[in-house]
Amino acid sequence: MNKPMNNKAWFMVLPVVLLVAFSAVIPLMTVVNYSIQDTFGNNQFFFVGLEWFEEMVTSERFHNALGRQFMFTGIILAIEIPLGIFIALNMPKKGWGVPVCLVLMSLPLLIPWNVVGTIWQVFGREDIGLLGAFLKAIGVNYNYSQNIIDAWITIIAMDVWHWTSLVALLCYAGLQSIPEAYYQAAKIDGASRWATFRYIEFPKMHRVLLIAFLLRFMDSFMIYTEPLVVTGGGPGNSTTLLSIDLVKMAIGQFDLGPAAAFSLIYFLIILLVSWVLYTIMTNLDKKGA
Amino acid sequence: MAEIILKNLAHSYLKHPSGPSDYALKKIDHVWEDGKAYALLGPSGCGKTTLLNIISGLLTPSEGSVIFNDEDVTNLPTEKRHIAQVFQFPVVYDTMTVFDNLAFPLKNRGHDKQTIEKRVLEIAEMLEMSDVLNKKASGLTADAKQKISLGRGLVRQNVAAILFDEPLTVIDPHLKWMLRMQLKALHKKLNRTMIYVTHDQTEALTFADKVVVMYDGDVVQMGTPQELFERPAHTFVGYFIGSPGMNVIPAHVEGAQAHIEGCIIPLSQGYKGISGSNVEIGVRPEFTHLSEDGAGLPITVKRIEDVGRHKIVRADFFGREINITVPEGVPISDRVNRVSFEADRVNVYSESWIVDGEVA
Repeated sequence: MNKPMNNKAWFMVLPVVLLVAFSAVIPLMTVVNYSIQDTFGNNQFFFVGLEWFEEMVTSERFHNALGRQFMFTGIILAIEIPLGIFIALNMPKKGWGVPVCLVLMSLPLLIPWNVVGTIWQVFGREDIGLLGAFLKAIGVNYNYSQNIIDAWITIIAMDVWHWTSLVALLCYAGLQSIPEAYYQAAKIDGASRWATFRYIEFPKMHRVLLIAFLLRFMDSFMIYTEPLVVTGGGPGNSTTLLSIDLVKMAIGQFDLGPAAAFSLIYFLIILLVSWVLYTIMTNLDKKGA
Repeated sequence: MAEIILKNLAHSYLKHPSGPSDYALKKIDHVWEDGKAYALLGPSGCGKTTLLNIISGLLTPSEGSVIFNDEDVTNLPTEKRHIAQVFQFPVVYDTMTVFDNLAFPLKNRGHDKQTIEKRVLEIAEMLEMSDVLNKKASGLTADAKQKISLGRGLVRQNVAAILFDEPLTVIDPHLKWMLRMQLKALHKKLNRTMIYVTHDQTEALTFADKVVVMYDGDVVQMGTPQELFERPAHTFVGYFIGSPGMNVIPAHVEGAQAHIEGCIIPLSQGYKGISGSNVEIGVRPEFTHLSEDGAGLPITVKRIEDVGRHKIVRADFFGREINITVPEGVPISDRVNRVSFEADRVNVYSESWIVDGEVA
């Protein structure tokens, strides 16, 4: 085919290029710019090469925050994914229960992050919080502002409360696309409940599960507002996750250079892990098909 | 293998059905004999699938019972009944190979490895699928998938009946024919009871020893293809089977004569005591003849359709359409204006049901 070539057509993409440049590329470049310079004030900067990066990758503070971050993300994924699947499997398939369930489950997703944080912050207080006061009344020693374990339990419970519905709703959508005949055939073939899940429901659900998994990974890896509102990163530094630490460094201490290096490394980790997960899962998908 | 008996069976999807129209399946008493091939024929929504699902246990009937041989299985769950069912849309387990698909029902029932392998290879041979056993089932064509569904029913040795719910709907036309022939051959070989639901009369008539015609939740006739063709028990059967369907004309019947619009049609038998507005005569287009002037009913030919093997003449008779089949090679002159019926092929219906006459 002989299509007419017109290089002027490239001007058509100009608006998008500008939009992306101003919304993503240029801000990112300013971060890159900070990460390779140092300043002694007066708006005078000088070039330091990769020094900040070297400092960050060897910094114990960064390692600790990263470790806490992986632990947090690992725990909430290990709870939310199976729990979400379990809930989706047990949601009603038709009748009046469907809209009721859908609305109730969407509610946590609609609440702004720092409101969620405030809800749990108050909920867990031992003087006026429903949960905290109740636990105190039955004699459980629970205090998220002083006990590290309690603080972790609180922020994990909060995240599970906030986001499990997302996993459940995505899985539910996957389940709804399975024709009734599959279940009928499984009954006729004498399949157990587990076999029905393993060979019918799971294969039909695993695409949406991949999306749910990636979304929850990225979101939880970047979590900031909720734990900050509840624990402020404490007690000590025990719930200081990556983004909380980053903000402390950049805005609290105004260490722009290290913070810029920090955020670039942070960004690359998310990109890398997401890419690895995506590749593994799509490969599994191909083998499964 | 077993005889399947339906006793006073009825089903309504409503909790408290108040009248006959609330029933998806009206009262049925029926025996499916062991080893026969049945077709369940009827238009969409007549209750065929409901009946099938009741037999397989996917649905519990609201009234009556289902009996396999002497065992009442009405309340037995599907997996405990010895039933296989093939659905309209092919169901295969996507993540498994063809072999594992076929082995699945046996594995679930805890058979040992050797038995499973032997059985699966045997069935694969029978279905001519031995060469794809190690392929993933998801990559196969619709007809192959449908054969797998069937195979999953066949591997179980104690299956009393195999039910088919419009299994060829999604199959390409040229493969439909082949698959149907294969099914028929399998039936001859295995001698298992097969019940085949369809709304396609060709499918029903070519597959089955006996065809059960359903209409609006009722079984209106059960018989061999020939019986259905020659003596439809209900005007619906007349319409539904045959292409085009039977001509049904309101008439006044007295003795061995039917009167329509002042014309007299001779009948081969005498009928006594039927009168009123709901009497009709039915005659198939194949048993009607055109003529010029002379005897017969006056008609006006409206159009002629050549369908290859024969021609169908659509004619007007006092505002009513009559279809006449003319064999290939018989010329139709443009002066035909009469139609006559073969007297012994004319059936008489009262309130839509056939009436037996007496030899006159």
